[in-house]
This record gives sequence, structure tokens and C-alpha cells, in this order.
Amino acid sequence: MKGGWFRGYTIFYLIFLYAPIVLLPIFAFNNATTVAFPLNGFTTAWFGKLWDDPALHHALKNSLIIGCSAAVISTCLGIFASRASSRYAFPFKTPLMGLIMLPLVMPDIILAVALLTVLLGIGMPLSLFTVILGHVLVCTPFSIAILSAAFQSLDQSLEEAAYDLGETPISAFRLVILPLVLPGIISSLLITFTISLDEFIMAFFLAGNENTLPVYIFGQFRFPQNVPVILALGTILVCLSIALLATAEYFRRRGIAKTGGKDTGGFL
Amino acid sequence: MQSKPKLRFWGSEAASGLLMISPTAIYAILLLAAPLAMIVAYSFMTDGYLQIIPRFQLCNYVGECHSYKDVNGVLTEAQTYKGVWSDPLALTLMWRSLLVSMLVTAVTVLLAFPVAYYVSFYVSPSKKSLWLFLITIPFWTSYLIRVFLWKVILGTGGPINYGLLELGLIQEPITWLLYNLNSVVITLAHAYAPFAILPIFVSLEKIDRSFLEAGRDLGESPFMTFWRVTLPLAMPGVISSVLIVFIPTIGDYVTPSLVGGPEGKMVANLVELNYKKLDNYPLGSALAVSSMALVMAVSLLFLFMNRRFLKGNKR
Repeated sequence: MKGGWFRGYTIFYLIFLYAPIVLLPIFAFNNATTVAFPLNGFTTAWFGKLWDDPALHHALKNSLIIGCSAAVISTCLGIFASRASSRYAFPFKTPLMGLIMLPLVMPDIILAVALLTVLLGIGMPLSLFTVILGHVLVCTPFSIAILSAAFQSLDQSLEEAAYDLGETPISAFRLVILPLVLPGIISSLLITFTISLDEFIMAFFLAGNENTLPVYIFGQFRFPQNVPVILALGTILVCLSIALLATAEYFRRRGIAKTGGKDTGGFL
Repeated sequence: MQSKPKLRFWGSEAASGLLMISPTAIYAILLLAAPLAMIVAYSFMTDGYLQIIPRFQLCNYVGECHSYKDVNGVLTEAQTYKGVWSDPLALTLMWRSLLVSMLVTAVTVLLAFPVAYYVSFYVSPSKKSLWLFLITIPFWTSYLIRVFLWKVILGTGGPINYGLLELGLIQEPITWLLYNLNSVVITLAHAYAPFAILPIFVSLEKIDRSFLEAGRDLGESPFMTFWRVTLPLAMPGVISSVLIVFIPTIGDYVTPSLVGGPEGKMVANLVELNYKKLDNYPLGSALAVSSMALVMAVSLLFLFMNRRFLKGNKR
């Protein structure tokens, strides 16, 4: 085996990366209110407690509403931007794309306070809607990163062939381009939903009196006796995220294979 | 593409492109560019309780400021506070945040490079995306819960202390791991790992492997080949990793609040305090603008120092 040292190091690094995720279920099933070693026996009580917490259910409902809306809106905006940037040359392309991708590197707290300032300035009350506005801003660059790969590997002659056969731009898009980039769109929907479900800072600043799941979780950290329940919730969320990501990865690869592109790997 | 004679604007490629991007661009201008411009403007204004008084002043940055309160329709001076660059607390937090960001960036990128190198050079092409997927998974799982678990791992009842105590290597739990800069740096280095690995991996993938063979054929040692061929060619990726880790970490709020303790608080905590609890938007904006300006200055300096690696690599 080549690269023995590097292999050993990389495996060690993966252990570092996965350490928190491995500990999560250990403590979620541990029969003790304090999150510490030594362990104290197996219990599923913390998972049971998830069922009788109305505040949690309300936060979950809010997060699902926000996640679905943000996923759909940001993927739509992502389709427009990645189609425009991969298909056309137009003035101000670099600054416009730079602005759209900016949230990827900006600290979330700056984006959140900036949006908060404007929303309060124009007198818009904070609600789930304002959280959606913020999440769309954060999710769109990820959507573009995924969709650009799908649109760039698209062969332009397919579209031209459709025009020659008498299709209008809209019907050509629907009949030729959309089926080819559909896996990328599904992948984008799943990834943006996952990001929105997990996003904390925007929701913390923009939700007003409402709670989302991460805001609720952050609040519960102040009460040590509630932490095991949160870890049980976290276990479920991590499993859900991994399932969503694996599905997204499957569609992303299928999309790239479909359009005949080369897999460069990774979402970013 | 050949430059065509200018036809009418409508129907041209430029118009189609602009039309296509307009929904996303308008969204970004209204909800990103305008708000950012607005906090810059706010940082020069006067704080009135629950309102902003559009009176230009510099004291949110330097000197002493007054906030006002509306008493029966008359604005009266309520409190005095110090501007960002005159306030020792704000200055401490800003410099500390900058230090933490730099440490996190150095640690993350140095630890990430060998991983990217291994995946790019030693993993068979069919397995590369699986490895990258494995590396990115932890990044997508609940950030809050990951940070909280670092608090557990580094804490007195965590696996590190428990293991060392059981082995008899220490008599009392180690306390210097948690609630200080160490814990903040470790947690952030964990959180930003995939952001550092992926750009380096992409630039390593682009390296023409025959360059390396040429280096070896001309009698260079493996290390010198790496130093003189691989590393310079990978620098664009390293530079993007540095920026993509450095810029967001300075504004991290969750990690310093959960694992930082009193001596690990960062500038985001003060921004939050000013926006949510003290309701002093002008000072909060001045803080946000100052820390972003600091980050931008350091980033530009870093780019300038590495400009020779970026030539001919304009994207």
C-alpha cells in the first residue's frame, strides 16, 4: 500500500472529525442526567421524552416550514443564476456572481444583523417569513455550487437541436434541459433543506418570538437536566442529515453521469 | 467567442444573461448589498432608544458617544458609551477574535493539507468521491450539537480526562482544555475542516502528474519535488482554504458562547449583546464594520504576499 504514513494520518484525522458524532448516541442512550463518563447503563427514556414536549414540536414545525420554503426558493434562484452564468456572457457577470456567492464566506452574524437592521428599518415584524428571507440568502450559494456543475456539463448542441426542431426556448428548457439537470435540482433541494434545518444565527436574530429547532436547542443548553433529551434529538437529526446527504450525493452523481460530465467530487 | 457587431440590446446574449440572472441578482442586491450598506450607514448615526437618529457622527468608532431617550417627545441624553476603537473591552475582543481566526486558520489548513494530499495522490480515482463524502459528512450534521459535544469531550467528565484518570496518568482532571482559547481553536478547527480540505484537494487534482515525474527524473528528492513543484502549484487551493476559513471564523458566535468561557468570548458575542440586549444598533454596526474591515485588511495583505502564486490563475 502506497502512502502508508499519509493513510495513517488521514484515518487519525477522520477519527478527530467523527469523535463528536460517535459520542452523540453514546450519551443519548446513557442512563444519567449528567453528560459525563463513566457511563451508567442503557436507556431509551430520553427519546421517549421527545414525544411530550410541545415547545419542541412547535419548533420542529417551524423549522420544517422554513426548511421547505428556503429549499424551494433558493433552488429556484440557484437555477436562474447557474443557468445564466454557465450559458451566457453578460456585463457585470463577475461582480454580480461575486455578490450572490458572498454569503459563503461572510460571517453569518454580519449577514444576520445587516438583514435585521433593514427589516426593522422598513418596519417589517420578525416572523418565520423573515427567517426564510435570511435562509434563502445563505442557501443560494450552495445551490449554485451544486447546480453549476450540472449546467456546465450540459452540451449546448442538445438545446440548439431542440430549437431547430421547432421548440420554443421555454419548451426546450422543459423538455431537454430540465430532465438532464433534474438530479442536480433534487440534490440542491436536499442540501439547502439540510442547511436551513441546521442554521442557527439567522434564526436567532430574525425569528422574533418564534423558535426554530436550533434556537430551541441553544436555549435548552442552559438547563443541564434537559441536555440528554437534546442529545437524543441530536442523534435523530444526525441520522436524518446523513440520510438526506446520501440521497443528495446519489442524485448529484447520477446527474453528472447523465450529462456525461466528469465527477470532480464534493459539494463545494 | 468572436466579438460581434453590436446589435440591438434586447435579444442579445448580454440581455438574455442579465434577464436570466435578474431574480437572483435582485434578491442579493435587496437583501445583501443594501443591508450591508445600511449597517455601514448606521455605524455613523446616533442611538436613540428604540430608534435611530439620522445625525452623522464618528463617535461610534472613536471617542465618546451619547445615546438618547425620547422623554415626552423631547430627545434627552440617556447614556454615554465609548466608541469601538476607544473601548478597551471592544478592542480586546477584536484582537482576540483576530488571533483566534489566525490560529484556527493555521491549524486547520496545516492539518488539512496532508489529508487532501492523501486523497488526491494515493486514493484510487473511483474511491475519491467516497472519501470526500466521508470528510464532508460531519460538517453537515447539527453544528450546535457538535460544538456542545466538544464541550463534553474537553470537559472534566469527558473521554480525555476520564481516560487519563483511569490510566493513572493524571491525579486530577485537566481543566485547561475547556473555557479558554484552546477549546475555541480546537472546536473551530473541527468545524471548518472540510472547508480547508476541499479547495486544496481541487488544486492538487489539477496538477499534471508528469511534472512530478519530470522533477524526479531530473534528480530531485521526493521532498524537494514536493517543495518546488507540488506545493507552488497547490498554492491557489491553499490560499482559498485560508480565506474561506479565516473570514467566517472571526464572526463565529456559537463556539465562543458554548466553549469559550469568559476568557474565550469573541467579537460576535459583543455584537449580539449590542443588537439584542442593549439595543444599541449604531455601536453594534460599528463593531461589525470594524471587525470586517480588520479581516479584509488582513486578507488583502495575505493575498498581496502570495500574489506570485496567483498569476495566470484568474478565475
